[in-house]
Amino acid sequence: MFERLADTFFNWQIMGQYFPKIVEGFFLTIELALAVVVAGIATGLLLAIVRAFRIGVVNFLIVAAVDVLRALPPLVIIIMFYFALPTVGVRMSAFVATWLALALVLAAFAEEIFWAGILAVPRGQWEAARSTGLSFLQTLRFVVLPQAVRITIPPLTNRTIAITKGTALGAVVAVGEILYQAQSAYSFSYNPSPLTLGAIAYLVLFLPVVYLGRWVETRFAWKR
Amino acid sequence: MSHDQAAILEVRGLHKSFGSLEVLKGVDLVVRPRELVFVIGPSGSGKSTLLRCCNRLEEPNAGSIRIEGVDILAPRVDINAVRQRIGMVFQSFNLYPHLNALGNVTLALRKVAGKPREQAEAAAMQALARVGLAEKAKSYPNELSGGQQQRVAIARAIALEPVVMLFDEPTSALDPELVGSVLAVMRELRESGMTMVVVSHEMRFARSAADRVIFMDHGRILEEGPPAQLFNAPDHPRIREFIASIEH
Amino acid sequence: MERLVASFFNLDILQQAWPILLEGFWMTVKLTLVVVPLGVAGGLAVALASTVRSRLVRWTVVVYVDFFRAFPPLVLLMFIAFGLPFLKIDLGAFGAVALAFLLNTSSYYGEIFRAGIESVPRGQYEAARSTGLSALQTMGWVVVPQATRNVIPDLISNTLEVVKLTSLASVVALPELLFAARQAQSLTYNATPIIAAGIIYLVCLWPLVRLLSRFEHRQIALH
Ligand SMILES: Nc1ncnc2c1ncn2[C@@H]1O[C@H](COP(=O)(O)OP(=O)(O)O)[C@@H](O)[C@H]1O
Ligand SMILES: [Mg+2]
Repeated sequence: MFERLADTFFNWQIMGQYFPKIVEGFFLTIELALAVVVAGIATGLLLAIVRAFRIGVVNFLIVAAVDVLRALPPLVIIIMFYFALPTVGVRMSAFVATWLALALVLAAFAEEIFWAGILAVPRGQWEAARSTGLSFLQTLRFVVLPQAVRITIPPLTNRTIAITKGTALGAVVAVGEILYQAQSAYSFSYNPSPLTLGAIAYLVLFLPVVYLGRWVETRFAWKR
Repeated sequence: MSHDQAAILEVRGLHKSFGSLEVLKGVDLVVRPRELVFVIGPSGSGKSTLLRCCNRLEEPNAGSIRIEGVDILAPRVDINAVRQRIGMVFQSFNLYPHLNALGNVTLALRKVAGKPREQAEAAAMQALARVGLAEKAKSYPNELSGGQQQRVAIARAIALEPVVMLFDEPTSALDPELVGSVLAVMRELRESGMTMVVVSHEMRFARSAADRVIFMDHGRILEEGPPAQLFNAPDHPRIREFIASIEH
Repeated sequence: MERLVASFFNLDILQQAWPILLEGFWMTVKLTLVVVPLGVAGGLAVALASTVRSRLVRWTVVVYVDFFRAFPPLVLLMFIAFGLPFLKIDLGAFGAVALAFLLNTSSYYGEIFRAGIESVPRGQYEAARSTGLSALQTMGWVVVPQATRNVIPDLISNTLEVVKLTSLASVVALPELLFAARQAQSLTYNATPIIAAGIIYLVCLWPLVRLLSRFEHRQIALH
């Protein structure tokens, strides 16, 4: 029984055979994840800053876009980008479709979190800064954002981790990341050992990230 | 060991440490029926710990505690049944914010005493009436003043018909103008014959209501006696200083 | 513009695809109604287990939670859907999805409930115990109700994520909304069904999103 289990899920020969593929996928996952995090957080911060100007129409558009991106499942967005957009002539690679979808989703969540952080800075801070002659942007840059960012770190970290794990969704549109490599190796060999290998790769990648998240949460505890 | 048959609460040689910090260093305390024992002493002297050991919110390291002669530290004792008979009132009220006043009082009546709903509510209403808050039965804690909250907390304890009530600084968290209403309830309890142990710095209340005052210092009882003696002519200069420092 | 309408908002296609989409929608509803209560119950169990005195139990819980939080849900789902049949355990697509989501979401719900339980002041526990309530009764009648109330925004937020997560079931061929939309797309050679599925998700989940962002602003403003 145990032997069969080992043979099915931990078949060394098959694992060895597909190990290079999984490593390839491992690095692509990291690449994709980093691209998502950088683009998503930067865009989210930018949107929150724009929102601070409180221009009616602009803010309405931001809120609408954010709401849509929060309500749609990321997989649906990826599939729209990859399978629906080409029918109107907009084509992109599977990698770009996955990256863009996840980055937009992260941007939406990040914007909400940054905006909530900006709102949390007491009115008196704005008034004090403006009364010393700082401009609106200077106040935002030197007084409000430094305070806002601190309290946004724990929720932003957790959200970022969750969305980064979404890189696995790329497998559905054949982005060659870990899960895709594992899955295709599985269908070639008809043995789930590559899936085990893929699962281990994800643990290696994300367990440290989960612990980082825990650490950040205690370090910057913000709730109540 | 022989013990005092007439005592409601009998504490012998009580020791309690938190880690390496010894907080109670052998406390003996006997409280007889209808007695009101007042406990004073500097902050950190172990007053709260003493009360909390008496219903085993803290586990003592050594010593014995008897309620009506029954050793409550015995391994097979049903501590939840014992706790019904020991009412406790906290400095910070600790009312359940998700339940209204009536719900706060009925919870243990129903779940511990096992009373059916109507009976529990009748008993709870009686307890609330006793603390003068029958008309607030449907109010939630955040709709009540601090004094009212503390009176509901007292009702929660007395509804279980305890044989002794422990008060841990019941008025310390209250605005001065609200203290009187809580003390009035406590005085009424005393007059009805309730046995009480009160940790508090309300000296005027102690002078008029206490049978005995105990002064604790560094985990020991330094001196005890009738209020007049302990307040006016204590043996220890330490106590005189302490009393001068809290009596304006 | 015309091309956009013909490709994305084609009413003829929509009419053809509608029955399939509707069936998919009901499957998504069914999946949600199974997965959310299971996840909440599992999460509560996880959170309660993390409050017990036994260090072994508490460590097991931490390992469980971290393990399943580190796994992308789709990886877990594929592992269960493709791996278990090799052990002659066949849960079917629905069962595989339910099990994968139970493991994944219960660790998230568990973390939320744990934070909630920790947010209840110790005095509440002591007051309840001082009136004779047992540890379990205290949890059930005093701590958990308050804990839940304190974390309602997080519970709703996680539930929103779980509903969105059900779309992953399409990958293991469970005919829920997204699967139905893709099937309809390949039958009609038109993207309208996918756009329609997106709109259905939007209409159903947008109220939750609005509610949440009101909560979030209030919560962080109180901080
Ligand atoms: N749970 C605990 N863990 C560690 N130390 C404690 C704990 N509870 C009380 N102490 C310590 O025990 C000492 C006595 O506390 P306490 O009984 O609350 O004193 P009092 O009520 O007289 O002010 C203090 O030094 C306090 O810091
Ligand atoms: Mg104290």
